[in-house]
Amino acid sequence: MNEVFTKSMARNIFYGGSLFFILLFLGLTFDTTRQLPKLDNRQAITDKVALGKALWEENNCIGCHTLLGEGAYFAPELGNIYKRFGNNKAAIKGFIMSRPKDGIPGRRSMPQFNFTDEELDAIAEFLKYSSEINTAGWPPNIQG
Amino acid sequence: MQYQSQAVAKPYFIAAIGLFVLQILFGLIMGLQYVVGDFLFPEIPFNVARMVHTNALIIWLLMGFMGAAYYLVPEESETELFSPRLALVTFWVFLAAAVLTVAGYLLVPYATLAELTGNHLLPTMGREFLEQPTITKIGIVVVALAFIFNVGMTVLKGRKTAINLVLLLGLVGLAVLFLFSFYNPTNLVLDKYYWWWVVHLWVEGVWELILGAILAFVLIKVTGVDREVIEKWLYIIIAMALISGIIGTGHHYFWIGVPEYWQWWGSIFSALEPLPFFMMTVFAFNMVNRRRRNHPNRAAVLWALGTAVMAFLGAGVWGFLHTLSPVNYYTHGTQITAAHGHMSFYGAYVMIVLTIISYAMPLLRGRKVAASNKSQVLEMWSFWLMTVAMVFITFFLTAAGILQVHMQRVMDKPLPFMYVQDQIALFYWLREGAGLVFLIGLIVYIASFFIGNNEPEAEVVPST
Ligand code: HEC
Ligand code: HEM
Ligand code: HEM
Ligand SMILES: [Fe+2]
Repeated sequence: MNEVFTKSMARNIFYGGSLFFILLFLGLTFDTTRQLPKLDNRQAITDKVALGKALWEENNCIGCHTLLGEGAYFAPELGNIYKRFGNNKAAIKGFIMSRPKDGIPGRRSMPQFNFTDEELDAIAEFLKYSSEINTAGWPPNIQG
Repeated sequence: MQYQSQAVAKPYFIAAIGLFVLQILFGLIMGLQYVVGDFLFPEIPFNVARMVHTNALIIWLLMGFMGAAYYLVPEESETELFSPRLALVTFWVFLAAAVLTVAGYLLVPYATLAELTGNHLLPTMGREFLEQPTITKIGIVVVALAFIFNVGMTVLKGRKTAINLVLLLGLVGLAVLFLFSFYNPTNLVLDKYYWWWVVHLWVEGVWELILGAILAFVLIKVTGVDREVIEKWLYIIIAMALISGIIGTGHHYFWIGVPEYWQWWGSIFSALEPLPFFMMTVFAFNMVNRRRRNHPNRAAVLWALGTAVMAFLGAGVWGFLHTLSPVNYYTHGTQITAAHGHMSFYGAYVMIVLTIISYAMPLLRGRKVAASNKSQVLEMWSFWLMTVAMVFITFFLTAAGILQVHMQRVMDKPLPFMYVQDQIALFYWLREGAGLVFLIGLIVYIASFFIGNNEPEAEVVPST
């Protein structure tokens, strides 16, 4: 068997196989990109949503929360928070706004970010946009 | 050590171990915050501890890979390193960037760090694992380019072995894929789609090439088995890794807003991903069984075999556990993910770096072949302490994950996240306990470098 299957055959499988699957992956990526406009809720992206995403990133919300199931597992999923809070942006803003500066004794705590009203509105808008992305029925229920 | 310039690997290995300690300390802080929610709040919020934990991990693994390359490339190429001076300069630049970044995380609020480093000019921050300021990311690219240039020139002027080529290919792939960390569109779906080109295509793609090459190198050295045989295995393993792993990226595309055909592509191909890890286990044990000699560095052999087994368990078994889309529907983003993340990172990449350190460090420190028996015994103790602790961390997180999935996602009346977390607190306490054992293992590991140095080198135990 050793003589039949040589190192150079193994090498060729590596190069050929990798190249083939890289091309297939690029092809699937191309097709995905073509279909995305129907699925990714891009029509909802406004300047406000863009500001919301920037604030989301610059305050590292992902370091405690998941968003569409990706991130940290310390605090609730936020991809569907808009729905969990009854399609109510004010409730989201109210929650973020009302975090005590020194945390809640004994309970996992979220920082007080001191956002302006415009910033809070942008974050809520970003979370609303996220909740309307077509995620193939995930999460299984409203608890995220 | 056959070539003088291999010595530049040493500072890389030392810094790697230093950052490893930092990583574990912050892991323990987070582990406590999981159950004592306001621990160190608001001084070190959870997200800050998490950044330090995961970024220190990534940076020290990269340092380990670089040290490994600087050690093994000259030996494989049978020539001195192209420029040892450049290697030392990049080391200090890299270390400084890492230290400054961690200091930034700890000293100012993240938003201030973003502002100070001009994140708005080219926003790349605030995404999991890619939290580094844009300027740090640019620094990483510069260091990576200098490093690849240095190693590449060495390979070019010397002997070209399969191990060298595979390692180089893995390192180039690592650098190229990292460039996707600079792409951060407002469109969340596109952002996530390409984020995985860094994260998944690293750990389940190009890093496997690096892992395979280092493992092959150490196995040649400690078993004396014919290079032809080992390199053939290496090619087959990495072929399987890329054939399954590239399309396997789809296992992250189930629920992020891309077409649903990814559930098929992702499930089927990622279900094949355990294969290369399984082959790695068979390979390592086979080579050790067919060894031509007994190597006095028994600790290195233990680490090499341990890597193969634990990588298969953590990546292969714990990965397969949640990789089929109907399962992932329930487990996505839960403690099951954390369980898998821990065992796979430890089993594959932490252990391979500790393997090459175990093999190379005695030589870098002037021993002829191996450390003293006493040092090795300590090192093997640390192997078992850390590895068993990691197995338990994984078990406890898996138990927590199963309960979480059940209460939060499966039951008739699903319960809220925070309530469920309270219910499973017991398992987080147990995880913290196992984490403390891990820390003890790490302390013993470090002690093994200081104890037994004035004893004679270990000798070969005659085979029975
Ligand atoms: C240090 C960790 C941490 C960070 C960083 C963080 N959060 Fe939170 N967040 C929490 C915790 C913990 C809770 C649950 C609080 C509770 O129930 O008492 C929470 C709850 C929430 C909720 C309510 C979720 C629910 O289902 O009740 C929203 C909305 C929210 N966070 C938004 C944000 C946003 C937006 C950011 C970024 C600007 C952010 N969080 C950053 C820890 C964090
Ligand atoms: C050494 C190799 C591997 C490492 C280091 C690794 C590491 C990780 C990490 C850290 C995550 C969490 C990412 C996040 O934070 O969102 C993750 C997720 C995942 N991994 Fe791996 N992994 C490896 C191999 C594998 C393999 C071989 C499989 C499949 C057989 C697999 C299946 C998965 C799946 C399905 C997820 C998504 C979990 C979710 O939906 O939340 N992994 N992996
Ligand atoms: C003392 C032992 C350790 C403890 C207590 C610990 C604790 C933690 C905690 C609490 C998290 C955050 C989970 C979350 O997002 O909610 C985490 C994440 C992580 N840790 Fe550790 N850790 C330990 C050791 C390690 C080791 C040795 C490794 C490397 C192999 C590691 C790799 C990671 C990774 C990759 C993540 C991100 C996981 C993910 O996103 O799925 N940890 N750790
Ligand atoms: Fe993956």
